[in-house]
Amino acid sequence: MIEINGIYKRFGKLKVLEDLDLELKSPGVFAIIGPNASGKTTLIKAILGIVIPDAGEIKINQRSVLNEFKYRNQLTYLPQIANFPPNLTVGELISLVKELRQEVSYEDKLISIFNINEHINKKIGNLSGGTIQKVNLILTFMFDSDLIILDEPTNGLDPISMIHLEKIISEEKKKGKTILITTHVMRIVERFSDEIIFLLEGKVFFKGKLSALRKKTDEKDLEFAIAKLMDKRVCLKS
Amino acid sequence: MFKILKYTFYDIIRSRWSLAYFFFYLILGFVLLFLNNDISKALITLMNIVLVLTPLIGTIFGVMYYYSSIDFTKLLLAQPIKRSKIFLGQYLGVVSSLTLSLVFGLGIPFIIYGLSVSSAIFDFILLLISASFLNLIFVALAYIISLYNENKIKGFGYSILIWLFLAIIYDGLFLILLVFFNEYPLDKLSLLAITLNPIDLSRILILLKLDISALLGYTGAMFKQFFGTSQGVFYSSLILIIWTLIPLSVIISTSNKKDF
Repeated sequence: MIEINGIYKRFGKLKVLEDLDLELKSPGVFAIIGPNASGKTTLIKAILGIVIPDAGEIKINQRSVLNEFKYRNQLTYLPQIANFPPNLTVGELISLVKELRQEVSYEDKLISIFNINEHINKKIGNLSGGTIQKVNLILTFMFDSDLIILDEPTNGLDPISMIHLEKIISEEKKKGKTILITTHVMRIVERFSDEIIFLLEGKVFFKGKLSALRKKTDEKDLEFAIAKLMDKRVCLKS
Repeated sequence: MFKILKYTFYDIIRSRWSLAYFFFYLILGFVLLFLNNDISKALITLMNIVLVLTPLIGTIFGVMYYYSSIDFTKLLLAQPIKRSKIFLGQYLGVVSSLTLSLVFGLGIPFIIYGLSVSSAIFDFILLLISASFLNLIFVALAYIISLYNENKIKGFGYSILIWLFLAIIYDGLFLILLVFFNEYPLDKLSLLAITLNPIDLSRILILLKLDISALLGYTGAMFKQFFGTSQGVFYSSLILIIWTLIPLSVIISTSNKKDF
């Protein structure tokens, strides 16, 4: 499905991705985790084509996606920061994204799930942060795409929306989608992820199942296991 | 591109700033007509204000819109649409909403005052066209600067500096140059200097049309002598179009290479 070969990215002097290889063959939920500035968001953005790698290759379904744009029809993206044009209404924003993609969409179902029917004709600038985050989720999940990329999806959600989000993720997972999630919420990682991709200093430091991670680190608790993964690096280096 | 243009336009035209801009021109139009009591005279005063103010507002709006919509732009960049279409759509959305405020803001008072039966109607239209060109040019310059600067404060600073330079400092430098080298033939040099500044170019374009030799000044007179009125209008319009197309192509090539 996704094949990444030796991508490099630096911003000025800062090396963010360094010879990163990653291959996701079968569908499932992949949690991308790692400390701050380990390159999680840059990796996601490189797959989306928002950041252009300095070198290397990214293929989705055996086709190179660098400098392409049509492939984005097969994927949908939830940005970390939901900041939309303040003078458009929610309905207009949804129409805009629909017009850009021109494919079947299922926004009505999501609008009722997240209970934002009453806000549909309101300007986005007049909505609360939580409601805007719900709109963000609707924009992401209203299309039936094979690849779903979620950048910190739990940011600013109230508990009820969180439950809905988890329900949606598990439904999409059942449908056989490939879902990439970056998150700091370990509960999400534990509950959904088939595999963990642990990034460190711009490389994939660990990739494998949760059980493998636990075995490798000899820790049952995921948070401790990850902490140990980072610690091991310290041991290796010193 | 038109989809992005449409929604950008909706977003901006509904903003308070756009409305304030519209009312500013509306009031300015009425006040100038009331004070001058003559359409042609009001036009000259108006020209002096519009040629300095439109670039300033275009610059500020362009920078403001770019930075405030950057997160949304990232969402658009993840959609199956070419980068150039996103940025051209946003750019034209900003320009069209600003131009609309300008055309209606100034158009309403002048039409009420009887512009349509006056001989000055073509001069007025030419003023609006030049101001629209200045919108196109300065919003594009603002977009280029924003694309190159992630830091908002720097982006704002550089844009204002460019406006300040082209609207005010440039003429001063030019004048110093003329005084300093007044023993040499400067006609070609001054023609070149005019073409390099869209604000001066627009001023000459309008003054040539108004045919007021007293206001043309040295360079304007030179322009007239060199090209004659009709050729001068044609030539200056052509340069204004080039002035629009070059920054536009820079926006496209820069946005294609940029990381967001």
